[in-house]
Amino acid sequence: MLKIKDLSVEIEGNKILKGLNLEMNKGEVHAIMGPNGAGKSTLSAVIAGREEYEVTGGTIEFEGKDIMDMAPEERAHLGIFLSFQYPVEIPGVSVTNFIKTAINESRKATDLDPMPAKDLLKKMRDKQELLEMDKTFMSRSINEGFSGGEKKRNEIFQMAMLDPKLAILDETDSGLDIDALRIVANGVNKLKNDNNAVMIITHYQRLLDHIVPDFVHVLFDGKIVKTGDKNLALRLEDQGYDWIKQEQKV
Amino acid sequence: MTEEDKILQEVTTTDYKYGFVTDIDSDTIKKGLNEDVIRLISMKKNEPDWLLEWRLDAFRKFQKMTEPEWANVTYDKPDLQSISYYSAPKPKKTLESLDEVDPELLKTFEKLGISLEEQKRLTGVAVDIVVDSVSVATSFKEKLGELGIIFCSISEAIQKHPELVKKYIGSVVPKTDNFYAALNSAVFTDGSFCYIPKGTRCPMELSTYFRINQAGTGQFERTLLIADEGSYVSYLEGCTAPSRDENQLHAAVVELIALDDAEIKYSTVQNWYPGNKEGKGGVFNFVTKRGICHKSAKISWTQVETGSAVTWKYPSCILKGDNSIGEFFSVAVTNNYQQADTGTKMIHVGKNTKSTIISKGISAGKSNGNYRGLVKIMKGAENARNFSQCDSLLMGDQCGSHTFPYIEVKNKSARIEHEATTSKIGEDQLFYCNQRGIGTDEAIGLIVNGYCKDVLNQLPMEFAVEAQKLLSLSLEGSVG
Repeated sequence: MLKIKDLSVEIEGNKILKGLNLEMNKGEVHAIMGPNGAGKSTLSAVIAGREEYEVTGGTIEFEGKDIMDMAPEERAHLGIFLSFQYPVEIPGVSVTNFIKTAINESRKATDLDPMPAKDLLKKMRDKQELLEMDKTFMSRSINEGFSGGEKKRNEIFQMAMLDPKLAILDETDSGLDIDALRIVANGVNKLKNDNNAVMIITHYQRLLDHIVPDFVHVLFDGKIVKTGDKNLALRLEDQGYDWIKQEQKV
Repeated sequence: MTEEDKILQEVTTTDYKYGFVTDIDSDTIKKGLNEDVIRLISMKKNEPDWLLEWRLDAFRKFQKMTEPEWANVTYDKPDLQSISYYSAPKPKKTLESLDEVDPELLKTFEKLGISLEEQKRLTGVAVDIVVDSVSVATSFKEKLGELGIIFCSISEAIQKHPELVKKYIGSVVPKTDNFYAALNSAVFTDGSFCYIPKGTRCPMELSTYFRINQAGTGQFERTLLIADEGSYVSYLEGCTAPSRDENQLHAAVVELIALDDAEIKYSTVQNWYPGNKEGKGGVFNFVTKRGICHKSAKISWTQVETGSAVTWKYPSCILKGDNSIGEFFSVAVTNNYQQADTGTKMIHVGKNTKSTIISKGISAGKSNGNYRGLVKIMKGAENARNFSQCDSLLMGDQCGSHTFPYIEVKNKSARIEHEATTSKIGEDQLFYCNQRGIGTDEAIGLIVNGYCKDVLNQLPMEFAVEAQKLLSLSLEGSVG
């Protein structure tokens, strides 16, 4: 599904990713872990197509297509979704209006008519329940005055509405209390199936207690330096990254 | 290329989408401004002597006035002698229904997305259209007539209801109020007239579409709206002009009279030709709009201004009666080389008078947007209240936005609040929308409409939809 080869990325002259390789298949959950500044959020932003980053080498293929020259919205239309670490406020635009526009713009890109209002409302109600969200939520301005937990739940709500093929969760667990973490993880687990894939970017083991990864990758100094199963995450939680750093020096 | 450079490049590629000319036979008089021209206009319109005298008096005073220069706009002053002051489509005969209207004209309205038939059928809006100064179609008149509501062109009102016109014309905007109001008083050719009788609630939104069509003609319309005691009316005004290379002058006067306990809601969507991407051409929109509120009356101005090369416009309320209320809700968009100096005046005269001002400015390209407002509390205005909120949204780094709030308080019991913010559309916001599959133009539309929500919510439903589209359209391509 996702094939990243020798990806090198700079921002304002600073090399962030230095020849990163990663492959993900349908039905898989991959966790990307690593110390601060390793390039985790850069990776997610570059896959989603953020323009401030300069790609200096390598390729990204999604379902066999080279997506490097595609605009962010085109990548979204292919089914790439990014749950933001810091979701942005848009005053005056309700959650309902925003998600309706997002869904219908994606449908337009594939020559589909707008989703009938009845279907849209039903889907919204279902996903609202899944994420245990209050009804009043839908008419609030998107992310404006939301608590940290509400913002993240709203991200996963949007993911549920958009049915992406690849969902990238960028530090979705940060700023969540235990209950919110459980709700969000439960939501992701319900949405996971054999035809989609999830990339979880995180510092901590705790989200991985709820969403069990098939692969855990350690991103260090712009490269993936170690790949293992869920036990690798447990070891990192226990021992930190020093042993990885030691290994790299040798 | 930086993001900002891209913005600039994109901005210059947006063309005016309503630029086309309707080819209709017009009856146009020679260019120039003098007493003979005024006599000719008055004669062509078969006006009573008092009105001719009124016009001539306005003209004589106008000649002693000078064009105001205090607004924060720069432009070449229009040569008033090179304008033809009267242009009317040549009527083949008196028109009774839409079928008799020139098909070319109907096509024009179709291009604007204003299908009259559709509007009549679906929304029940009575439309009085002014094309180059003369009303060619007036609908729903009979239905309104049953309620005693008069809704017609001002020329017709002068013929049929001279007592009302004579009593109220110039009563809120005196003929020598300002340079352009005086010019309008001297040469106005048409406009709308509306009278709502005592205790009557007008059952439909009254709507007028203005359009400037003939090259080199200025449009000087005059609107007079009287809501008698305890009545209510919602009035919509929409404006669009085709592309022209030379600047066209539009100097209108609108007077609203809300008698005791009456309520007037006056909504405008203005989309006149803003000039091309180099700032050539476009409409000069120098308009005087003012209303007076008697006891417990309310006037609410809502405007969405996206067009014109230069806008100079301050819809105002004189809160004369005790407990009266004035409101002003405005969205003003400037793009490319457009300039706008717009705002309101709230003059509190009566006791317990209240006013609210919500102004949302959006500047893009190399444009310049200004909010200019006056809140004046007179000596006798015990317990007057005002709340003002002036927000500006900037797109790119070559546009300007300025706020000039004037506050004059002569009564200690007054309470005045003023809030102001300035913001930019962030790349973070755009990327967030893009990531959800929303392209940049749609995203700007979404963000801008969200920003203007408080004002758009004041518009009647069908107008709000049009205004939303217009906002997105005016800013299309303004961020790369």
